[in-house]
Amino acid sequence: MNLPALPLLQQLVVLLAALVLFLSFVLLAQSRLVSAIHAFAWQGALVAAVTAVVALSGEVHHLYFSAGLTLILKALVIPAMLHRQVRGLELERHTEALQRPTLAIMAAVGLVIFSSWLVLPLVAEELAFTRNILAISLAVVLIGFLMMVVRQQAVAQVLGFMSIENGLFLAAVSATGGMPLIVELGVAFDVLVAMVLFGVFFFHIRESIDSLDVDRLNRLSETPEIAGEERP
Amino acid sequence: MTALLITLIAPLLGALLLAMVRPPAVGGWLNLAVSALTLAAAGWLAWTVALEGEVFGRLIGIGFRVDAFNVYLVALTAFVGLTTSIFSRPYMRHVRAEGRVYLGGMRVYHSMYQTFMLTMLTALTTDNLGVLWVAVEGATLATVLLVSLYRTPEAIEAAWKYFILCGVGIALALFGTVLTYFAAQHVDFGTLAEPGAGLIWSSLYTHAAALDPTVMRIAFVFLLVGYGTKVGLVPMHQWLPDAHSEGPTPMSAVLSGLLLNVALYALVRFKMLVDGSLAATASPHLAGALLMGFGLVSFTVAGLFLHRQRDIKRLFSYSSIEHMGLMTFAFGLGGPLATFGALLHMLVHSLTKSAIFVTVGHAAHIAGSQGIEKIRGLIRTQPAVGWSLLIGVAAIAGFPPFGVFTSEFLLLTATMQAQPWLTLPLVTGLAIAFAGLFRHLHPMVYGTPPEGQQPVQANLIPVAVHLGLVLWLGLAIPGFLAQWLNRATQLITGSSLL
Repeated sequence: MNLPALPLLQQLVVLLAALVLFLSFVLLAQSRLVSAIHAFAWQGALVAAVTAVVALSGEVHHLYFSAGLTLILKALVIPAMLHRQVRGLELERHTEALQRPTLAIMAAVGLVIFSSWLVLPLVAEELAFTRNILAISLAVVLIGFLMMVVRQQAVAQVLGFMSIENGLFLAAVSATGGMPLIVELGVAFDVLVAMVLFGVFFFHIRESIDSLDVDRLNRLSETPEIAGEERP
Repeated sequence: MTALLITLIAPLLGALLLAMVRPPAVGGWLNLAVSALTLAAAGWLAWTVALEGEVFGRLIGIGFRVDAFNVYLVALTAFVGLTTSIFSRPYMRHVRAEGRVYLGGMRVYHSMYQTFMLTMLTALTTDNLGVLWVAVEGATLATVLLVSLYRTPEAIEAAWKYFILCGVGIALALFGTVLTYFAAQHVDFGTLAEPGAGLIWSSLYTHAAALDPTVMRIAFVFLLVGYGTKVGLVPMHQWLPDAHSEGPTPMSAVLSGLLLNVALYALVRFKMLVDGSLAATASPHLAGALLMGFGLVSFTVAGLFLHRQRDIKRLFSYSSIEHMGLMTFAFGLGGPLATFGALLHMLVHSLTKSAIFVTVGHAAHIAGSQGIEKIRGLIRTQPAVGWSLLIGVAAIAGFPPFGVFTSEFLLLTATMQAQPWLTLPLVTGLAIAFAGLFRHLHPMVYGTPPEGQQPVQANLIPVAVHLGLVLWLGLAIPGFLAQWLNRATQLITGSSLL
């Protein structure tokens, strides 16, 4: 792609999207929970910025509203809720180093390459802009998955989940100029409800296994010794 | 339009109202009343659709469209919702008496029951693919609190697994939906089209040939994995046995009987779009082939897993995976005969499986455990429950003269016609599943009951009604229903069977 040939606003979108991807890497590797929440908040703010720029370049008015909604929800409300829960669970100083950080980062790089390869045939050469943005959003989604796999801590997994949502939103905004408003509102509502429920579950999990290390949730399995034991 | 409105408003108001009603006994009756109202409205809606062909509606900016395909699922959803609520009232009273539900849990239970019904009905009736996604995700959110209702460590674990797996899975479906919207970006929907027509299923369907095939191909993979997680297709099925075994039994009945159907419904709708888009390319049957592959793997793997289950609810949740696999396979196979069979199978499986889960709830009460080894001699302790379980399992295993036999026979015939060599794995799979169910069933029904095992107060009316219907469908499909399914088949495949 010939970057300088793109209109200035599109270049700005690409730059911001690249920063979103960068923050996905930060999220993946960050071992301190509180810092990870901050990184997530920044990612949300950047997605909101992308939305605003797309709205500006395409004169799509309802996107201004989406940008505001994203900013409030992803950059302020959800991080604030997570922050409060982390404080409530006394996990402010919690750190969780990845088992094999280099491997995780290399896997993430692999996912970025995979996403670019997957979207290669998608659109004609002249639409290189859309293609790059789609590749970036897919990479953000996939790195979110990776994060949910390699992290064992429930809060970190939720961060992964939420960054997947960020990636999806980025794809919707930049590739298609945003979903219809009613759909965006519905998705935002679902995300918010999901966040509230996650908060409820943090406390339940803590109560039931005295930790938020979800690797210890292993009572249910197909091994016959455990499954179907004396349970009413 | 009025009928559609009531169908959606009744569970909505019910959910709000039930969240406020404090006495659990009142909540139980109210839940039943709301479900009955929903069923009445759904019946009216079905009648309207039968007369007019299609019903359109608009509500807060969301387009709704009901045709022969989804109205049959709407009616089924409302019906199973009602019979399960009849069962749930005394069952949950018993659970409460045992002290397994926390304070306020019953309000959450009833309110979420209706929220779940609302999301199911919205997902079925909406014409907007984005709203469809929102509703299916909403169903996860509504049921996750129900799975964790008992607050045992196992229930919390099952709910967390369910939440994470389905949440992530469904995120992929949203990516697929975005890609579909993207594929429709350069399609000319005409000057009259509303903004966002690229997400309206009916306008996409009429312009399916213009959708970018490359994008649609990738989109379908995402959609298949996403909604397939909810259908319970192997290997994304891990949440399903856990959620079914740890949640309250009425929940298992509606999850198996309704949620899986709705997710499969979403997949079939998308398959229709993808087929239209890929018709002119080198691989026109890609979507069908993918569905067939996933379906066959789920069918086989779940059948094998039936043999090693120790928990009765896990046993029947694997049976659900097996049957969903079979239906997915049939929809993938395409053609009028297979599609008709799959639609009929959806119907009889929902009816039979929810009846089985209701019976299993009573059986677990009698034995005081969900462990298969603990449940013994039902037919001696309480003949009604024993016979229900026996007949239910016979029906789900595909014994004639029950409806499951009819639909499976149709599916086998269709397979024989289209892909003869695939009949072999299908028949083998059916035999394996049959053996898996009966090796567990026999001691549960006929074994020696442990000393002091007492009959419980059982409400077997829903079971009798469901199994009676399944029997009726097996003996003779009533003409109007056959016509109805035939019209749905015509919508999906473009050619009719009868």
